[in-house]
Amino acid sequence: MSNKMKLSGLTDLLKDLDVESLEGVSIEGDIELDISGGGGLNPAMAYALGHEAAQISMHVANIARMLGYPVDQLFAASMGGLPQAPVAGASRIPELLPAKFDVSKMSEWATPIQEVTLGATSADGGSRKNTVTLGGENALPYYFDAEMPHRNYVTMDVFDMPISMAKSVKENYGDVINDPAEWAKKAVRDFNADMITIHLISTDPLINDTPAREAAKVVEDVLQAVDVPIVIGGSGNPQKDPEVLERAAEVAEGERVLLASASLNLDYERVAKAATDYGHAVLSWTQLEINAQKELNRKLMKQCNVPRDSIVMDPTTAALGYGLDYAYSNMERIRLAGLMGDEELTFPMSSGTTNAWGARESWMKESPLKQDSDWGPREYRGPIWEIVTGLTLALAGNDMFMMMHPTSVQVLKEITQTLYGSIEAEEIDITKWIGAEV
Amino acid sequence: MKINSPLEAYKFLPGTNCGECGETSCMAFASHLIDRSLKATDCIPLVNESKYKKKYDELVTLLAPEIREVVIGVGDNAISIGGDDVLHRHKLTFFNKTALAYDVWDTMEEADLVERVNKIQDFKKFYVGDYLTLDMIAVRSVSNDPEKFAATVKKVVETTEFPLVLCSFEPAVLRAGLEVSAEKRPLLYAANKDNWQEVAALAQEFNVPVTVFAPNDLDLLKSMAKTFADNGIEDVVLDPGTFPTGKGLKTTLNNFLKIRRAGINGDRDIAFPIMAVPFTAWMAHDDEVSASYWETVVASIFTIKYGDIMIMHSIEPYALMPQLHIRDTMYTDPRKPVTVDPAVYEIGSPTADSPLLITTNFALTYYTVESDLSSNGVDCYLTAIDTDGIGVEAAVAGGQLTAAKIKKGLDDAGFDMEKLTHKVIVIPGLAARLQGDVEDETGAGVMIGPADSGRLPGWMEQNWPPQK
Ligand code: B12
Ligand code: SF4
Repeated sequence: MSNKMKLSGLTDLLKDLDVESLEGVSIEGDIELDISGGGGLNPAMAYALGHEAAQISMHVANIARMLGYPVDQLFAASMGGLPQAPVAGASRIPELLPAKFDVSKMSEWATPIQEVTLGATSADGGSRKNTVTLGGENALPYYFDAEMPHRNYVTMDVFDMPISMAKSVKENYGDVINDPAEWAKKAVRDFNADMITIHLISTDPLINDTPAREAAKVVEDVLQAVDVPIVIGGSGNPQKDPEVLERAAEVAEGERVLLASASLNLDYERVAKAATDYGHAVLSWTQLEINAQKELNRKLMKQCNVPRDSIVMDPTTAALGYGLDYAYSNMERIRLAGLMGDEELTFPMSSGTTNAWGARESWMKESPLKQDSDWGPREYRGPIWEIVTGLTLALAGNDMFMMMHPTSVQVLKEITQTLYGSIEAEEIDITKWIGAEV
Repeated sequence: MKINSPLEAYKFLPGTNCGECGETSCMAFASHLIDRSLKATDCIPLVNESKYKKKYDELVTLLAPEIREVVIGVGDNAISIGGDDVLHRHKLTFFNKTALAYDVWDTMEEADLVERVNKIQDFKKFYVGDYLTLDMIAVRSVSNDPEKFAATVKKVVETTEFPLVLCSFEPAVLRAGLEVSAEKRPLLYAANKDNWQEVAALAQEFNVPVTVFAPNDLDLLKSMAKTFADNGIEDVVLDPGTFPTGKGLKTTLNNFLKIRRAGINGDRDIAFPIMAVPFTAWMAHDDEVSASYWETVVASIFTIKYGDIMIMHSIEPYALMPQLHIRDTMYTDPRKPVTVDPAVYEIGSPTADSPLLITTNFALTYYTVESDLSSNGVDCYLTAIDTDGIGVEAAVAGGQLTAAKIKKGLDDAGFDMEKLTHKVIVIPGLAARLQGDVEDETGAGVMIGPADSGRLPGWMEQNWPPQK
């Protein structure tokens, strides 16, 4: 008995089936299977035959696959899974070793961060619809060691005069740029700002030298226009700022604003006194230097008698790519020191996240460098620069963000609240990610 | 690292101060062991002389980082991940920056595949004297077909030297991929609760690093990692699952925090590098911009908090640029002030008519200015003034950039103003207030450049040569 079949004969076989064309199908190595009698099947022979048969079945399966037949499902169904390749040279590990994961909480984080409330409702003699409370943490932000008592807040920048801004920022404010009250309204109504910062930059003697009394009127307008808590910023001019902030504090009496800022390079005593006299909080601003921050906080507390619940710190924000490494580590060190009991550093923190727009990556149309890869559209680059700058500092312990671009504000709020734990989302079956069609 | 003072390390050194390591004494060498700028193998006698063998072995064990180091890939493109010793970068520095892998998949047309791989390997952005670039390619098996996967992996290997991550939960698919790429030492992704035996066997057979995946199940994750390590598979990467939204994301962050804290605290069974898969953001968002944004946001979180390797999808520049920068931000060594040597540097081929520019020796400032000029073909003399590595604005405010410093910088460099036809110095826009002083101090004319050096080429067109 001899039964021969050549693989190439398959083509003829397939002809009988309703297959139109087998073009492009090549069968490598013609296999001839010769099952001839004599001697019966010894084990070696059986193995060899089995091997040949398997080879043929693989070729046939490949053909079937090319013809569009779901061979793999067939195999899977008949064998309980895809054919498992044999493992050479390695023995299977029989079972998983039992293990229990465990990690301790940080016992050194024993000192809570001071809570500071901004804004005052009618119950407290103000006219804000709500207040905002910063601080109160007992751990680094979002850590399992302790629940974070308050979420992060965003205060959006408003200026008392048109300033130069990146194009993609300006687009959002073109209609209100000459009217701080309308600008503030728009930020709260359309862009979901938790708070408003009114920067009185026109008071700078090198800009418009707007008198403090006039600047104070703008503050009143903004307080009228919106009912969220506000921050009042000067121009950064160390000679003029104390006077401007005094006036502003006076007209905002009862509203518990945050005065920005007291710093070591101006008469911080005047700013501190304006805050305590009219019941406001004060922003203690230093430049990327933890010891300077301690010194200023100490002076505010000891020398100026600012109560602990009225101090917020701004340890300075440098943009992504422009010193964010300093800013991040500075804030993280400050927060860790506070949690570990340094009473001069247990205050909530604020970040001038808007600084991100100083980075050329956020505003320049294209890279000034010919060798760089294309930077792509700046409309998308700018907001993400602000978001990543803010998010990085959020993870270092920053509580409040001063920001500008509506998209950045929206995304930063959503991500920080997600990490805080207040955002529900449909659960996604991530075990399927490898095969996801994107 | 189990020891943290040079004195402790010194005990294991020969103590002969022979100088073969390039240091003046064994004690100096010991301090470099502690700051991890040198390795025990750099002490030649310790390695070569058999009488020190025991000490050498002990020292190596003591110096091993808390988080194990895993190498993916081979040769110049090999990437090390893990190897950290601290929870906060200011405590020392973070080692082995997060490896960034971008995906391709096995249902792509070949031309698209090659184009995408090239985009990934070619992307570069200049920063502080060097280019920021991506690191790896992750090949996803979407078809679940071993042959297709193998063909894709093969094509990727032909197209790039970047190390690979082979992604499938199907052992047969992984095997097919390994058969065409094992000598490139790819990372296997991944062993899970169902396939771990087969995947472990593959890791052993092909001697490649392997990821264990146990979404939000730290007991299982640890159990798999321990089982693998105890069976000689030490190059393990942990994926506790990256849930991209809602409570899942909060949980994911905390899983990373827990794993790393336990590892640094000495739980060897879980002290492996961690993988994040921000790619999952694409499963939660429909439009491309939202998905790219959220992927970048998730990736930033895990670059900051302990992700050692990540798999991502968006290769839009607005996603890649912040990602590369945040990675650089976290991994620059906070112990090193980054400076260039104070000098007058020739950019291009300056002549007697070329401008003389002033900047600082802060590397970020210097290289930004230098590249703005050279890439635009501006020929000039660029003076890096010794400002103790402080940038322009802070140095003007802090007094490290003054007229006297500028004069000294030019003198020390032996720069002869007389050789210039114009006798003009250009100072940065942010140092405008030094103009009068610099004129007095140097006797030269002083022009104020733009605030951002990116605008120097345009400024030159308008203002150079100076009007007499
Ligand atoms: C990082 C930083 C620091 C770091 C500095 C780290 C370092 N190695 O430089 C530290 C923490 C040390 C620091 C300290 C201080 N800082 Co500071 N700091 C910053 C910060 C956040 C970023 C500065 C930066 O690196 N920029 C990026 C580099 C690349 O920019 P650059 O050097 O200026 O170079 C650009 C341009 O100047 C131009 N350029 C450069 N060279 C040339 C040459 C020519 C010819 C031209 C045309 C252009 C040009 O192009 C470059 C690219 O755009 C800024 C605020 C901010 N967000 O901008 C404050 C800032 C610069 N600091 C400030 C101050 C006041 C200080 C301190 C005095 C604070 C204090 N009281 O202690 C100290 C001084 C310390 C010292 N000098 O010893 C102020 C300066 C205010 C002012 N205009 O006077 C700023 C603006 C903050 C602020 N808003 O008040 N600071
Ligand atoms: S090579 Fe070794 S023995 Fe010689 S000085 Fe360096 S550390 Fe000491």
